[in-house]
Amino acid sequence: MTNSIKEVIHNEVIFVIGSNTTENHPVIGALMRRAVKQGARLIVADPRRIPLARDAHIYLPIQPGTNVALLNGMIKTIIEEKLYNEDFIRERTTDFNAMAGALKDCSVARSAEICQVPEEDIRKAARMYAATRRGGIYYAMGITQHTSGTDGVYNVANLAMMTGNVGVEFAGVNPLRGQSNVQGSCDLGGLPDVYPGYQKVTDEKARRKFEDFWGVEGLSPDLGLTLPKMVDQALEGKIKMIYVMGENPMVSDPDLNHFEAAIDELDFLVVQDIFMTETALKADVVLPAAAFAEKDGSFTNTERRVQRIRKALDPPGQAKADWWILNELMKRMGYHNAFETPEEIMEEIAACTPIYGGIDYPRIDKKGLQWPVKDKDHPGTPFLHKERFSRGLGLFKPVVYRESAEMADEEYPLILTTGRLLYHYHTRSMTGRVPGLNEVVGESYIEISPDTASRFGVGAGERVKVSSRRGEIEIKVKVTRNIKEDVVFIPFHFADAAVNRLTNVALDPIADIPELKVAAVRIEKMA
Amino acid sequence: MDQKHSVLEMDYIRKQERIALKNCGLIDPERIEEYIRYDGYQALAKAILQLGPEGVIEEVEASGLRGRGGAGFPTGRKWRSGYLAKGNEKFIICNADEGDPGAFMDRSILEGDPHSVIEAMTIAAFAIGATKGFIYVRAEYPIAVKRLQIAIDQAHEMGFLGSDIFGSGFGFDIELRLGAGAFVCGEAKALIASIEGKRGMPTPKPPRTNDKGLWSKPTILNNVETFANIPPIIRNGAGWYAAIGSEKSKGTKVFALGGKINRTGLVEIPIGTPLREVIFDIGGGIPGGKKFKAVQTGGPSGGCIPTEHLDVKIDYESLQDIGSMMGSGGMIVMDEDNCMVDIARFFLEFSVEESCGKCTPCREGTKKMLGILEKITSGEGVMSDLDDLERLGQIIKDTSLCGLGKTAPNPVLSTLKYFRDEYEAHVKDKTCPAGVCKALLQYTITDKCIGCGICKTVCPVSCITGNKKEKHVIDPSACIRCGACQEACPVDAIIKR
Amino acid sequence: MIKLIIDGVAVEVEKGTSILDAARSVNIKIPTLCHDDRLKPSGACRICGVEIEGSSELQASCTTPAREGMVVRTQSDRIRASRKQLLELIWEDHPNECLSCQKAGECELQDLCYDYGVEAEGFAPLKVRTPLEDSNPFYTFDKDKCILCGKCVRVCEELQGESAIHFVQRGHETAISHPFEKGMAYSTCVSCGNCVEVCPTAALMPKTEEKFRVWDIDKKVRTTCSYCGVGCQLDLVVKDNKVVRVDAARDGENEGMLCVKGKFGYSFLSHEDRLTTPLIREGDGFREASWDEALDLVADRMTGIYKAHGSEAFAAFASARCTNEDNYVLQKMVRGIFKTNNIDHCARL
Repeated sequence: MTNSIKEVIHNEVIFVIGSNTTENHPVIGALMRRAVKQGARLIVADPRRIPLARDAHIYLPIQPGTNVALLNGMIKTIIEEKLYNEDFIRERTTDFNAMAGALKDCSVARSAEICQVPEEDIRKAARMYAATRRGGIYYAMGITQHTSGTDGVYNVANLAMMTGNVGVEFAGVNPLRGQSNVQGSCDLGGLPDVYPGYQKVTDEKARRKFEDFWGVEGLSPDLGLTLPKMVDQALEGKIKMIYVMGENPMVSDPDLNHFEAAIDELDFLVVQDIFMTETALKADVVLPAAAFAEKDGSFTNTERRVQRIRKALDPPGQAKADWWILNELMKRMGYHNAFETPEEIMEEIAACTPIYGGIDYPRIDKKGLQWPVKDKDHPGTPFLHKERFSRGLGLFKPVVYRESAEMADEEYPLILTTGRLLYHYHTRSMTGRVPGLNEVVGESYIEISPDTASRFGVGAGERVKVSSRRGEIEIKVKVTRNIKEDVVFIPFHFADAAVNRLTNVALDPIADIPELKVAAVRIEKMA
Repeated sequence: MDQKHSVLEMDYIRKQERIALKNCGLIDPERIEEYIRYDGYQALAKAILQLGPEGVIEEVEASGLRGRGGAGFPTGRKWRSGYLAKGNEKFIICNADEGDPGAFMDRSILEGDPHSVIEAMTIAAFAIGATKGFIYVRAEYPIAVKRLQIAIDQAHEMGFLGSDIFGSGFGFDIELRLGAGAFVCGEAKALIASIEGKRGMPTPKPPRTNDKGLWSKPTILNNVETFANIPPIIRNGAGWYAAIGSEKSKGTKVFALGGKINRTGLVEIPIGTPLREVIFDIGGGIPGGKKFKAVQTGGPSGGCIPTEHLDVKIDYESLQDIGSMMGSGGMIVMDEDNCMVDIARFFLEFSVEESCGKCTPCREGTKKMLGILEKITSGEGVMSDLDDLERLGQIIKDTSLCGLGKTAPNPVLSTLKYFRDEYEAHVKDKTCPAGVCKALLQYTITDKCIGCGICKTVCPVSCITGNKKEKHVIDPSACIRCGACQEACPVDAIIKR
Repeated sequence: MIKLIIDGVAVEVEKGTSILDAARSVNIKIPTLCHDDRLKPSGACRICGVEIEGSSELQASCTTPAREGMVVRTQSDRIRASRKQLLELIWEDHPNECLSCQKAGECELQDLCYDYGVEAEGFAPLKVRTPLEDSNPFYTFDKDKCILCGKCVRVCEELQGESAIHFVQRGHETAISHPFEKGMAYSTCVSCGNCVEVCPTAALMPKTEEKFRVWDIDKKVRTTCSYCGVGCQLDLVVKDNKVVRVDAARDGENEGMLCVKGKFGYSFLSHEDRLTTPLIREGDGFREASWDEALDLVADRMTGIYKAHGSEAFAAFASARCTNEDNYVLQKMVRGIFKTNNIDHCARL
């Protein structure tokens, strides 16, 4: 998030696109409702009538995969009606005209047609958002998990910059991160292209710095592989071993059949986790890890706040903290500068990661700090891009709408989209073991609109076979008016009837994000 | 001629002054033409075309009119604060949720002269700059609801409601909202919550409704009778109105006379008329030659006034000084056959049932007081119960959230003050001097008994024994105190005490 | 700024500040049962009444704004008597079950009754107990223990935005309920537990696996929720090396709010399926191993593959659910020892 969680209640306009906030970030969703009660305007764009749609002043039930078209429609409206913020564009940004020029052949009417929503609603939403400088955009995987995911993110930024809704308090471009420490694992170098603090592995200076710092030689100057590419290379036999820490790709990754085949090709698979996950079952060695309540450390949340986690329990049996396990391995492989405590690790992080430069445990003991925290006196950064963007001037990126990799056709006439539920978390390795949560939602289901259900002759509670070009699953039907006709939804939490046997592995060309939100499927009634 | 003259000379007519009830019973309330015939909508015309908003407010202020809902807040001052309140939208609300037992002043106005309320609301709207009004009326008044809707529609047709009234550019509309029978919805904040579609529960003041009322916009709320006084004030001028009434309270007040009184019904009297005149001259005194004991004013929020205060002049302050209140206009007369403990219990029971349940003292405290009263009336009271009642009553008054709770103990506290002897008789002597509280009654057969046996025949529980032509006896332990024997006795030999 | 005097202390506060907050600003404590800083003041319990010079009635300090020159008293015989009376009224209607009540020791009603010396018997013994409403998987509602402070209703409406519960009936029959009274599980309740969190008595209680007394708990440990990325702060309540309850933290960015997973989704920690020992594949299954054996094996195999096939044969999945420190060490191992940047995680998934 460029801005902070608590700023939500001061937003004048809240634009939620591709985020089922009340279910997936419930505490932020509740804040949004509070803001609306206090007079904020709410725009919601989502193929499903998510709970927040009920609170929305404008609800745009767009077709899956059409975010870019919708945003272009709004941008076009703002250009046509001259609602943009000229001062901000002039002083803080560059290439506005290039972006506007790229939209010469776009029309709001055409956007409306692609998104299947009324043109006037797109215009209204644009006017509403452009009329404020306290407009916050909130998005999640509904924007990113597309072959046009990066374009979607660019376009969100375009919209925010042209209206001056970024770099100021109570506004911003705010991706909501789905997992407890997804922000931190990105910040600390859990990515193939950057060292901790987003220092590029291709940058020789950075490389030298880490070689010196770690006392090693020959750090790789090449970009690493993204996760989907690792899978491809494993299948090709180039990757021989994978070390998995606390992930369950055997449920969460797209096109599981493909993934399973790749895993089977490996020479060696190590999984360290707290449960015998679907992935762990495939491992050669499984290492028992301590859960969050059994170790010290820190998480970084979606508003970039580094907060403590603390040991409350002893781990069960011989389970150990992940850092300890890795530490022991490194010792065995000849690296002897081992850590004694997580606090020591944070000291090293702060020393080599400028955005974490001022963070230490005493400082975040009571209240976390939001990075960048440059030094020990820096108070943290509630919102980013104040006065200047990290690159200097904000860059408008021209974006045009591209269709999803798979569109509905005669053979696979329905569009499948996926997501999460309030009562479960990721692959259910944790929530699947909490009885109450499974009392509420104990098995997977497919959401179908009443029209679609009757067209395919299936009724609520019946079981259907859902198939895509990649696989098929059997699943229970839930008929709901909260979804568009010819669109179906399946939550991805469940290993039984895993929806990722159906999803498309087609990738966004820049970020390598798979198109989990759009796949063509068909349904058949079970005999 | 002579006879007619004599009717006008009657105290019943002579001592009344009809302003709010002016048209009631005289015109057909479903025909706007008749209202217009009796000067209807002239006040609105005068307000819009001559006075202007400030002029209207000055006139109402000068008239000395005070809220007739019971609290007596100066209407002009209320309107001025509405006028001064900042807001792009303002509302006028007419409180027609009349709920006091035995009170039907507002109902008569709504049923008999609905246009007077509509005209007044429109004047108020013009004065403060409101564009929308609501009449919150009890669903239990179906005729009032029907006639109000007819009146609103007719006013629309004639251009007294809608946009551009009298070509002035001023527009105003009124909608009806039906209450579902909760007494507490007569409380301003609860009423507003109810119109907003929420549960009718009072919320704390401040903010006052004048600043933040309906949907948090400035809102002026007056009751039916207050509004009914507005058109005559505007038409005849503040001076005319201010000449009527007492020093602090101008104009007239409508009362619903009820209970042990010869002429029950609505009376409208100049404020400042002594209580005695209302009961004995206008109301015609107590029937059956019985002795006056007390008069209850202010409904469940009011108190009982004993004989020694009969000469008090009716106005807001004087009634409050003697532990009662003006209220919306209920006036229930009690004679020697009324048990004051039972009366207190009756009114308190009403408050217990109608409490919204939000604040502790009203919800729990009134229930507790009721329990003590029931204990006393069933003969199980102890003297410390009287202290408990007083202490609880004071704390409920002291701590309740809204007016309903703050006044709920009044019937108990005022009777405890003026009729403590009756309470003590219940507790110490285990008797009900008025012969009302069944558990304390004893029917006995006196020596007048002729032994006819009729009583034995009618007794539903066969608790009377005795041989023919001998004195019969009632077994008090089996007697259910139904009184059938007493009624049946041909020689009045059975007494209760 | 407004100047007033509370219990003889001169206080300066901003316009619009309630007397309650003004008093708190100078550490004068006024008891309340229905107040919550995050909610609009409701003035329901009336416990917080204070004397204001010039006003004949006690004024609820939570809903009365401080005014210039006000002279306020928060303690007097009259105030004490009224608070005690109000507590007695509440208590008389309350089941006399403190001996076996799970809330004992952290019950606001119990504490206040102690402070004010309430000794009434409570709950007429003949009264029939209302059955426990336990249809929701995560919490129970005991109508008889509800004191109608309304905090649950207001949290649900004002903070959570659900309005799943509200008052029904009126007068003494007033109760908290949900549409059609078919059971909480059939309402629009999203089981966030934010109502349970604010309940001053045992009316709303989390369903816990085991009974425990609050004075027997070993510790409360402040930490960050392990579910979504909002990073809510919470306290793990620990007894005998087991989390027995989760309390939301008021001073985190979540301001005391949690969701169903954060509040109630902790029992996986002590689930019997937890991995407790290193496992090494043996045929189709696994065998248990010591750390030394497992770590030696992993180190040997990894070094072997690295030597045979080079950096590019190695890849690692970092974790969005592990700590910053864990992730840092993993990438350090991948980059520093295996000399590859083949590290990624499910940020994209």
